[in-house]
Amino acid sequence: MARFDYLEPHSLDEALRLLAEGGDNTRLVAGSTDFLVRWRTGVWRPDSVVCMQHVPGLDYITWNPDDGLSIGALATVQDIEQSDEVRNRYPALAAGATAFAGVQVRNLATVAGNICNASPAGDTLPALLAYNAQCRIVGTGGERWLPLDEVFVGPGRTALESGEILTEIRLPAPAENTGGLYIKHSPRGAMDISAVGVASVVSLNADGACASARIALGAVAPTPVRAYGAEGRLVSQTLDAANIAEAGRLAAQSCSPIADVRSGADYRREMVRVLTERTLSHAVATAGNPPSYDDIRRLAVQTAW
Amino acid sequence: MKQPLTLKINGENRLLLVEPFYSLLDCLRDEARLTGSKKGCDEGDCGACTVLLDGKPVTSCLVLAHSAHDAEITTIEGLADVDGLSPVQKAFVEHGGLQCGFCIPGLIMSATGFLQANPEPTEEDVRFAIGGNLCRCTGYNRVVEAIMAAAAEMRESA
Repeated sequence: MARFDYLEPHSLDEALRLLAEGGDNTRLVAGSTDFLVRWRTGVWRPDSVVCMQHVPGLDYITWNPDDGLSIGALATVQDIEQSDEVRNRYPALAAGATAFAGVQVRNLATVAGNICNASPAGDTLPALLAYNAQCRIVGTGGERWLPLDEVFVGPGRTALESGEILTEIRLPAPAENTGGLYIKHSPRGAMDISAVGVASVVSLNADGACASARIALGAVAPTPVRAYGAEGRLVSQTLDAANIAEAGRLAAQSCSPIADVRSGADYRREMVRVLTERTLSHAVATAGNPPSYDDIRRLAVQTAW
Repeated sequence: MKQPLTLKINGENRLLLVEPFYSLLDCLRDEARLTGSKKGCDEGDCGACTVLLDGKPVTSCLVLAHSAHDAEITTIEGLADVDGLSPVQKAFVEHGGLQCGFCIPGLIMSATGFLQANPEPTEEDVRFAIGGNLCRCTGYNRVVEAIMAAAAEMRESA
C-alpha cells in the first residue's frame, strides 16, 4: 500500500509553502471525498497530503449586489444546497447541489474541490458555468482570476499550475428577470454519477425577449462545456417553443459524448436535446420568480426509469 | 508511522495511535475498537459508515482521521444512554426497521443528524435525507416509517 504523510496548514500562506515544498508529489485536499477513493485504487499516490480544512476564513458564502455570490474554497456543497441566497438567486446551482451524491458526501465535499477534480460529470459544474463563475487562484507569486470555462482543460485536468490554490468562486449577480435550472439524468436518484447534466440560465428583457442565455452541459464532453451555438441562437429572440427546440438541437450537435457503462453516446446526445429544452422552458417560466426549494429538489434529478 | 491523535468520540477524549493515511472509519474500527460503524463500500457510496461530525452526517470512510481532531464525533455507540436507546433507535426497533441489519447503524446516524436539524420533516424529506444510505435488503419503507415516528416522538417529548 502507498503511504502518505498528513500535513495540516493553519493559514493560506502555510498551505502555499507546503505545496511549494512538496512539489508534484503533494496533493491538496479539502473535503477529501475524491482523494481517499482515488488513493485506495492507486490512481493517486502522493507522498504527502496538504489538508485545507483547518485554514480559517474560507468557508463563507456571501452575496451582495456588486460582487454577486462569493463562495470560499471550504464552503461545502451542503452549505450551497442550504443557502437561501443560492436557492433564490441561483436556482440552477441549488439544483446542482441537491443532485450531488447524498447528504453525507455533501457535508464533506466542497464546491472548489468539485471544480479542481474537474470531472466532466461534476454536478455543480454546469450551473457554475451557466452563471459565469470566475475563479480566484492564488500562488506564491500572487493571485489571478480565471473564468471557469478556462479552468477546465481535460478530464481531471485544470489550468491550475503546480503550487496554486483555488480560494474563491464568484458568480456575478444575475440580471433582474433571470431564471435557471439544472437537471441531472442518471439511472438512480441518489448516489449516482450523471449520465447527462444540463444547466440553463436565461435573462429576459422587459418585452420578454431573451437578453442573455447560457447553457452548460455535463458528462457529454472531456470537460463540462458551454453550448455557445445554442446560446447565440436565442439572444434577442422570443423564447417560444420553436426557438427552444432549435436551441436543444444545436446543443445536442455541439457536444461530443462517449459511450460508457452509464449511457450510449447517441442516447446522451438525445438527452442533451431533451434536457436543454426542459431546463430552458423552466428558466423562462420562472424568470424573476424563483421556484420553491421543494420544486428545485423534485426537478433536479430525473432518473432513467 | 502511526502518530498520536486525540479524538473526541461520543463525548470522551480518546488518545489513539493512527496512521496518517487512515480514514476516520478505519480509525474508529481498528484503533478505537468501535465496530458499530460498518465498512460497506469504502468509497462513500453506501452510507454504512455514517457518523456525525459536529452533528452532521458524514461518510467516515472519506474523512482523513487526522483531520477530525477538532470535531465532536458521534457514532452509533454514542446514542444510547443510561435511560436506554435513543428515540430513533427505539423507533427502528418498534417499527421493525431492519432486515439483515448491516446498514442500520448508518441509517440511524443519518436519521439522527437529520432530525436534529429538521424536527418536522415530510416523508419526502426523510427519503431525501437517507438517499445516501443503501439497504441491500431494500427494506426502506419501515425505515421511513420509523424515522417519521421518531420525529413525532421527539416533538412530543421536546
